[in-house]
Parts: sequence; C-alpha cells; structure tokens
Amino acid sequence: MSYFSNGAWWWPYLFILVAGFAATDVWRFLGVYLGGKLSEDSDLLVLVRTMATALVAAVIGNLIVFPGGALAHTSLALRIAAVALGFVAYLASGKRMVVGIATAELLLLAGLYLNF
Amino acid sequence: MSSPDATAPRSTWFLRGVRAAFSLPGLILISSFIGFAALAKDAGVTATQAAFMTATVWALPSMVVLVGAVTSGAALPAAMLAVTLSAIRLMPMVMVLVPEMRTRMTRQYVLYLLAHFVAVTSWVLAMERLKRVPPGMRTTYYAGLGAMLVTTNVIVVTVVYAVADALPSAVSAALLMLTPMYFLTSLWGSARERVGHVAMVLGLVLGPFFHILLPRIDLLAAGLIGGTAAYGWHLWRRKARAA
Repeated sequence: MSYFSNGAWWWPYLFILVAGFAATDVWRFLGVYLGGKLSEDSDLLVLVRTMATALVAAVIGNLIVFPGGALAHTSLALRIAAVALGFVAYLASGKRMVVGIATAELLLLAGLYLNF
Repeated sequence: MSSPDATAPRSTWFLRGVRAAFSLPGLILISSFIGFAALAKDAGVTATQAAFMTATVWALPSMVVLVGAVTSGAALPAAMLAVTLSAIRLMPMVMVLVPEMRTRMTRQYVLYLLAHFVAVTSWVLAMERLKRVPPGMRTTYYAGLGAMLVTTNVIVVTVVYAVADALPSAVSAALLMLTPMYFLTSLWGSARERVGHVAMVLGLVLGPFFHILLPRIDLLAAGLIGGTAAYGWHLWRRKARAA
C-alpha cells in the first residue's frame, strides 16, 4: 500500500490523487462551502492550525536532520548552523525571507567549500 | 481607480492576473519549487509524477509532506492522513478569500474551481491586489494569477528534473536546502498567534525524534502530539491570564 509497493504504472498516480489531491482539495472545497459561516478564531480552528503547523515543522526538521541526496553528504553540524544563522538573519532583517534563505545557502556553500 | 480600468475587457484583467504571477513572491515560489523538484527526484518520484503532483495538489507544504510519506514508505491511509492534516490550513484561507471575490453574479462552481489555486503565494498576492480590481473582474484576475503560477511551476519542476543530474553536488545540496529554509521562514512569518510559534518549535524537534521512534507515522505523530501540546499551552496561558 506504499508508493512503491505496486509495480503498475497507474499506482503512483492513484496514490497522488487520493493521498494528495483529494486530501488537500477537500479543505479548499469546504472553505468555499463554509465561507463566512465559521469564525476564524474558533478554538477548533486554533487546534487545527497548531497541528498543521507542528506537522509541517516536523517535515522541516526531518529535511534538516535526515536529508537525502547530495545534502546527506554534508555534516549535521553544518546544516544546523546554516539553518540557525539563516533564521537569525531572517529575524534580524525584519522577517525578510530572501535574506534568511540567501544567508543559509551561502553558509552551506561556504561550509562545503571549506570542507566542514 | 481610474475610469479606463473599470471598463477594460475581461481578457485584460485575466492578463493582469497572469502578470501578477511574476513578482517577488512568485519568484520565491519558483525557487522553492526548484527545491521541491530536487527533493521529489531524490525520493524516486518520476518527472511526470512530480508534474502531476504539482498540478493536482498545488500546496507546497502538502506536497513536501506527501513526498516525505513516499520516502518513509507510509501506507496510503497514513499518507493521506498526514497530507490532509497539513492541508487543513487551506480552509480558513479559502474562507477569507471567497468574500473578496464573490459578487451577486458569481456562480458557485467558479469559486470551487478557483479554490484549487489557493496556496500561500497566490493567496498573499490576491489579498494584496484584489482590492484594486473591479469586483466583477476579481474571479477573472485570480484565474489568470492562479493558472499562471501553476503552469509556470509545472514547467519549472520538469526542467529541474531534466538538468538535475548535470549539476555539481554542491549545487544539488544547496537546492535541497531551499525547501526547509523556505518553510522555516514562511511558516514563522505566517503564524497568526504566539501558539503557532510554539507548535513550530515542537514540530521541529518532534519530527526527527519520531523519525527514529515511529518511522512510518513520524509526521502524523509529531503533528498530533506537537499540535495538541501547543494548543494545551495556549489554553493554559489563556487561563493563567484570566485568573
């Protein structure tokens, strides 16, 4: 039942349609349907938002601690340092994403160049 | 708004929406889709599947969660649950956007179709620019913006797949770093209350923790437990304040 468990060509597409398309668009459609009926500050929505935020943050954490591909050949210390300093730069620049992302990327490349 | 704009034909407003896709948020989005393509390729997803995912899911956090579930070998129901949990945030976004676009003449099915384009970037751009579009032209404008963003990024994903193997490994590493950095900053910036930041820090730590402890349902466990803990903190703080 996992993405690669079935050899049929259509299985990954069905997997994407069910676990991806249906799983996201149901909330978009519900948003149109409910439009204005539910208060944005209701307690249920706060809980839902914290769960969604923690889940996406968990993905970020995994991508930094257990990356794949070429990033897996870099040291954990370098990745954490690049991300942490990039985040500090983002906050210090008044939450400008471009600054945060560019700082992290430059530090990562500099670290790779210096063989950290 | 000057009068010639109010009388501009529908096609003009569609094209103005298309043009709005080429802006700073649009460019940042392209760079994060470059990162996504690198991530998906690394997970063993083919170019066609990644392009299909881009067009049908169209919400980068959910797509990254989906690829994460693919990598960890999650079964279909677990993957669906994790993705749907990451996508709930789209509902309040749509609920806020719909009244901006709807007029008495708007057909309901048009809103359902346009809702598919809702994701952070198009939403931010729309909330900022729809005010300057005549009410009757807003759905048209948003259709141009959404369609252009989706089309561009489907092309971006396909191109990255084609050239990725030729890239030096330092560049590939840098591309794979784009996604976590993009989400780290955009998620922090979009959190509406302090509790969002608490949930984020918990998730960042619990993700890798559960990745070792419960590899197949790591994201789900981190989301449910981290989110509930953050919510508990929120209730406790509210009570402490009221007392």
